[in-house]
Amino acid sequence: MRLFVPADSTAVSIGADEVAAALAARAPDAEIVRTGSRGLYWLEPLVEVEHEGRRLGFGPLAPADVDGLLERLAAGQLDGPGAVGDVDQLLAGQGQQRITLGRCGVVAPGSVADYERHGGLAGLRNALAMTPQAVVDAVSNSGLRGRGGAGFPTGTKWQTVHDTDDSPKFIVCNADEGDSGTFADRMLMEGDPLALIEGMLIAGVAVGAEQGYIYLRSEYPDALRVLRAALADAREHGVLGDDVLGSGKRFDIEIRVGAGAYICGEETSLLESLEGNRGMIRYKPPLPAIKGFFEKPTVVNNVITLATVPGVLMDNGESHKALGTGKSLGTLTAQLCGNVARPGLYEIPFGMPLGTLINDLGGGSASGRPVRAVQVGGPLGAYFPVSKFDARLDYESFAEAGGMIGHGGVVVFDDTVDLYQQARFSMEFCAKESCGKCTPCRVGSTRGVEVIDRIHAGTDVESNIEVLDDLCETMASVSLCALGGLTPFPVRSALRYFPDDFHTAVREHVETAHE
Amino acid sequence: MNNSSEISPDTVRAICAAHAHRRGPTLEILHALQREFGFVPSSALPVIAEELNVTRAEVHGVFSFYHDLRDQPPPRHTVRVCRAEACQSMGARAVWDAAQRAASTTPSVEVSEVFCLGNCACSPAIQVDERTRGRMDPGRVTGIIEQLDREAS
Repeated sequence: MRLFVPADSTAVSIGADEVAAALAARAPDAEIVRTGSRGLYWLEPLVEVEHEGRRLGFGPLAPADVDGLLERLAAGQLDGPGAVGDVDQLLAGQGQQRITLGRCGVVAPGSVADYERHGGLAGLRNALAMTPQAVVDAVSNSGLRGRGGAGFPTGTKWQTVHDTDDSPKFIVCNADEGDSGTFADRMLMEGDPLALIEGMLIAGVAVGAEQGYIYLRSEYPDALRVLRAALADAREHGVLGDDVLGSGKRFDIEIRVGAGAYICGEETSLLESLEGNRGMIRYKPPLPAIKGFFEKPTVVNNVITLATVPGVLMDNGESHKALGTGKSLGTLTAQLCGNVARPGLYEIPFGMPLGTLINDLGGGSASGRPVRAVQVGGPLGAYFPVSKFDARLDYESFAEAGGMIGHGGVVVFDDTVDLYQQARFSMEFCAKESCGKCTPCRVGSTRGVEVIDRIHAGTDVESNIEVLDDLCETMASVSLCALGGLTPFPVRSALRYFPDDFHTAVREHVETAHE
Repeated sequence: MNNSSEISPDTVRAICAAHAHRRGPTLEILHALQREFGFVPSSALPVIAEELNVTRAEVHGVFSFYHDLRDQPPPRHTVRVCRAEACQSMGARAVWDAAQRAASTTPSVEVSEVFCLGNCACSPAIQVDERTRGRMDPGRVTGIIEQLDREAS
């Protein structure tokens, strides 16, 4: 009997190790494979059993449930408490299209042999047989855009690095997933790290780079362990090294761990940190694609972007292009979390209405109270009220609705949320994490906290709203990077859609302003 | 982990030498010292500066920029409480308050804030030493901190 138990850090945070230990003790003959997570977090710890070529799930399980489960399995009884049936069917039934995270929770993370059994390395083999320009063209053709937040076309970025006449060139993976409400990078690195490694290798082939760096945040010690093991196995199997899969090309990857600075998720700050410096933002231009790591041409891509690339190279980007809508092609790895009944990773084609994700797939709030607000796109994303649940989750539609998809994090709040506190926190967070290089961010965020407090206290509400508006305008238009530039989004949306949480005079102001 | 409050210059030089071949080694060296000794004593910074042929100010600048790096020996245990939005939506403010209260009477446990552990689907989250724990509430976090303190004393 083969049993699969996640070693994903979120599954472990609620008891997956204890369940695995109980299974090992009670079923010593069973083969227990530790995997990543499927992202069905409300079912974790979720144990899967291989049965007639399918994977049947049971969860959430506690160690005390293990005896009962084993007895039922021995009797050939595949239903009963906790049985969720065929896990792949469950995902498909939700409308999920697992093109990037398809192996997550399925394979033994970091095993090249298991990765290849599940279709891994085919994209890299194709890329090695193509010209670098053809590889860039495949990525451009797929319509893939950066999944880290900015949504910049990946093919265009690679083309710039490819065309820049300088060497050496570098591939840098931004694994500094600091936005609250996001965990897709972590889940992928813990569950299918070789997809990221393969994506970086393909990027290396495309632009002519021989060295890659993964800049991983220090808050992810489990991802670090899994990545290290994956890199070692990849070197052992000749996937990384001086002769990548016998092609004569060389490529290797080094992991660098961050040190608790949110700002290092911004690409120029990340490059500074990678060079061993303070994580201070750089002016752009020059773009990192032209002068990046140590002023050399550098591809900086997010984990999910890079992990999507191997699939793109399977068919010249055609099947990727067939999903999604408009200019938002492929899938959104939506991370639904916070106060929601069925939190998890939902990989869905771009374009699903926000409300469908939260209510139909997510099952509404976890507390059973009414959903009141949702923040999409991390700490720099706008707070939306329920009246905006028809906004569609693709880059353009969501921006039109006044939001931003960012890295795809969706944090749900019930009616106990106080948007004054949330708006204040946004400014406070910006003040704490500002690198200090530009004034609007460094000083504006602290002044922002003070002004919000004055509005809440009812001090000269009308003129303080004006001050806050002016401050937000300044931060948005002249900050050097997205931290100062986007912090006004959550603040202004909180005031506009939830004026009653601030002061009675705020509603009147908002109604006049948005008539 | 060695918890004496000084590290000999030769030890610092050896760690510098081990990382000298890497591109941009400063942060890597600081990490290596902290891994080895639990902290980076301020006396190590001029040694690193000399080895890398940069100014003391530059090394101090790197050291002081990052939240993770510390210049004092660490406590026996650290509990990091996530205070970011996904955890807030499930009661992290109360978890933080409870953790701070518990830590005020448990000297071997240091409680600090962190912004996102990537555990947003099972929030509120904390990280006990290197282990992430989900679905916290004020009672559980208090119990964990008191338990750590009892084990340490």
